[in-house]
Amino acid sequence: MSHSTLRRKLAERSFIGLCIAAVALPLIILIVLMVDVGIDSIDRLNWSFLSSYPSRKAEEAGIRPGLVGSVYLIALTAAMALPIGVGAAVYLEEYAKRGWLANLIEINLANLAGVPSIIYGLLGLKLFVRTIGLGRGLLAGACTMALLILPIVILASREALRTVPLSIREGAYALGATRWQTVSQVVLPVAFPGILTGAILSVSRAIGEAAPLIVVGALAYIAFLPDGINSPFTVLPIQIFNWVSRPQREFLDNAAAGIVVLLVTMLLLNGLAIYLRNRLQKRRYW
Amino acid sequence: MSSAIEVKSAAKTNPNINLTLPDSAEKEGSLKTKFSIKNLSAWFGNQQAIRAISMDISEKQVTAIIGPSGCGKSTFIRCLNRMHELVPGTQVEGLVKFDGYNIYDKGVDPVLLRRRVGMVFQKPNPFPTMSVRENVLAGLKLTKSEQIKRAPETVERALQQAALWREVRDRLDEPGAGLSGGQQQRLCIARALAVEPDVLLMDEPCSALDPIATARIEDLIHGLAESYTIIIVTHNMQQAARVSNRTAFFLLGELVEFGKTNQLFTAPKDKRTEDYITGKFG
Amino acid sequence: MRRTEKSKRATSFRERLVEFGLLGSGVLSIFTTVAILTVLAFETVGFFQEVTFAEFFGDTQWTPLFSDKHFGIWPLIGGTFLTSLIAVAVALPLGLLAAVYLSEFARESVRKAVKPALEVLAGVPTIVYGYFALVFITPLLQKFIPGLAGFNALSPGIVMGIMIIPMISSLSEDALHAVPATLKEGSYALGAGRLATIFRVTIPSAFSGIVASVILATSRAIGETMIVAIAAGQQPRLTLDPRVPIETMTAYIVQISLGDTPTGTIEYKTIFVVGASLFAITFVMNILSQRIARRFRGKI
Repeated sequence: MSHSTLRRKLAERSFIGLCIAAVALPLIILIVLMVDVGIDSIDRLNWSFLSSYPSRKAEEAGIRPGLVGSVYLIALTAAMALPIGVGAAVYLEEYAKRGWLANLIEINLANLAGVPSIIYGLLGLKLFVRTIGLGRGLLAGACTMALLILPIVILASREALRTVPLSIREGAYALGATRWQTVSQVVLPVAFPGILTGAILSVSRAIGEAAPLIVVGALAYIAFLPDGINSPFTVLPIQIFNWVSRPQREFLDNAAAGIVVLLVTMLLLNGLAIYLRNRLQKRRYW
Repeated sequence: MSSAIEVKSAAKTNPNINLTLPDSAEKEGSLKTKFSIKNLSAWFGNQQAIRAISMDISEKQVTAIIGPSGCGKSTFIRCLNRMHELVPGTQVEGLVKFDGYNIYDKGVDPVLLRRRVGMVFQKPNPFPTMSVRENVLAGLKLTKSEQIKRAPETVERALQQAALWREVRDRLDEPGAGLSGGQQQRLCIARALAVEPDVLLMDEPCSALDPIATARIEDLIHGLAESYTIIIVTHNMQQAARVSNRTAFFLLGELVEFGKTNQLFTAPKDKRTEDYITGKFG
Repeated sequence: MRRTEKSKRATSFRERLVEFGLLGSGVLSIFTTVAILTVLAFETVGFFQEVTFAEFFGDTQWTPLFSDKHFGIWPLIGGTFLTSLIAVAVALPLGLLAAVYLSEFARESVRKAVKPALEVLAGVPTIVYGYFALVFITPLLQKFIPGLAGFNALSPGIVMGIMIIPMISSLSEDALHAVPATLKEGSYALGAGRLATIFRVTIPSAFSGIVASVILATSRAIGETMIVAIAAGQQPRLTLDPRVPIETMTAYIVQISLGDTPTGTIEYKTIFVVGASLFAITFVMNILSQRIARRFRGKI
């Protein structure tokens, strides 16, 4: 092997090493992050942390209102965003493949996906809290979050609809089904597992969002559970934010414990999505 | 239907002047004309797929459409149940009379037409989320037909007609897509027959099947011709010769020759037909 | 077919109704955009009835909460860009190297494992990153960087950089992947080695696609809220020093929202005017990124 070939080989090897380091570093940091949070949380993570209300004493404080608030908020958000998102996806994929309106919606969706989440908070504050007068309650928060995740739900649903082969649609049309009969009874059932997975993933993203809800006015300190859709509320990330922002060092461990609860919740949802997809897909044969 | 589809209806027919008797000069016996097609042309965007096709298709006969791939045979039968226009950017021009009515008339709902003109596709396409039974009943359920009240009888009748009953009678609640390819195709035939159409359009129904499954479908076609008008597209000339009463030869979007199957295969009138059936091209 | 005329009309009415409803769902997304623009514009107009353009764009102090009020937007924009630039400085080399590795070197099995692992970085809630920046990264950096304050631009910037790595790596990988094999083969045929081909042919050919991904990732960092709200501080100041507390546009909106600010006050209007500025900046960057990406796809 000539000298220059050897040098080139060496350069190549070291470059690949550099590339691998670039891939590994962020992943290592991710692991460090998880371990750090895990260690910090270990003293606080117990049943009473889940079942207690926030308190001025760090060791007595719990995350119950945040956990319950997150569950309520996400349920309401999903109830609004999913039908509308799937509906819009069906319109774009099954009805209006071409045309200026479909184009406009398309461009609009691409831009909406890039709008910072906190801007949705400002929209929710002005539109839902003030103008419509919902107040700083669960419903206003859920409406805001629904608008935030709508572009993602639409995107995921469209992808699921695109996996349904054209021949299936033609089979239905050939039997004399109308467009809606074809979509509702043939296409949507086939696309359902994909839509469901996408929906759960979008919703699980919403669970981690704090910024828009802070702007809409979710409270940081709440010692009760929501008792109606207009009740004041808090959610997991806001409770965590509240603890992180306290000057007292001991609340940081509460924040770490809260983070573990948040991540486990998200992990469970993601696991559920994967489980449902595998299970539902077993029912079909191509 | 979406407004993106433009249907040019060249000739406006008066529905009151219907049931014009077929000019029997060219007809054998007293067969009624099911489809009377005049100057039918169709486009995909700017690409013309079929050019000014005119032919009469008789009732309760098997009519085969043959020709090399890309000759417009699929497009042609998809114009007979108005499936062609489902593809965005397509156009149809000309006259297609079905039992004397122009199916491209403004007042005609393509959805209702398709309930009387059933279709079977190249690849079996049973609905993947439905059982065998649900697949057979799909047409009735989708269209909310009154017939659904007689569901058990309909399932048995349609599956009998499709020669599938004996094989699946104990598996009615299993997924339709779990059957073998040939069984799936017969299931699709049963599904089409369950809505009691007058006509069955078959678009190369055996192209995805093995020889044994193909033979079963061909037998089936013979039997079905007693009660249905069948139009079958195939690029397999032997198949056309085996199953059909009359055959039409398409080339580059044009109808080259149309006549009795025997005669077309033994004594073609057109040189191009002869070249095709003797295997000089295609 | 005439006997079914009546039922046909009923079906087609229902069909129309359904189509209309579905169309409505699609149009709701347009409504969202219009509502965002209207809300921001409405309060912004109100703001500029009390504060002049000259002050907003001319003053270098932002102190709406003090008795001596100043409304110069630059400290917030400066803080935002400082953290975002640090983020990009971290994410660009790492993301691009990762992209090169995935598209040029990694075996398919490695690629299939690494890609989703990197995507996890973008899925971690930002509140978690914020905690990590404040509790782990800042104390760690303080050991090496004297004078690093407890709140600073550096630590959240670095963490944001980690967060946006997958955006750069996945979009850049797509761009690198789209470079036609014939181009690379042409380079090999001239006797160029793998590295030379990557640096002289592949990366330059994919350059505009990579730029598009970086702009998009920057826009994402500019709009990011919780990390900076937790770890960067609440002191709007115009500085390039990454060691001292600053305040970003997003953090300011959070700060005001946490307090009790009644409608109609100038503080209330400031969050909308800051929001409008943020929206304008990210919107321009997103459009720019889309344009460049589209041109790239057209060229390749």
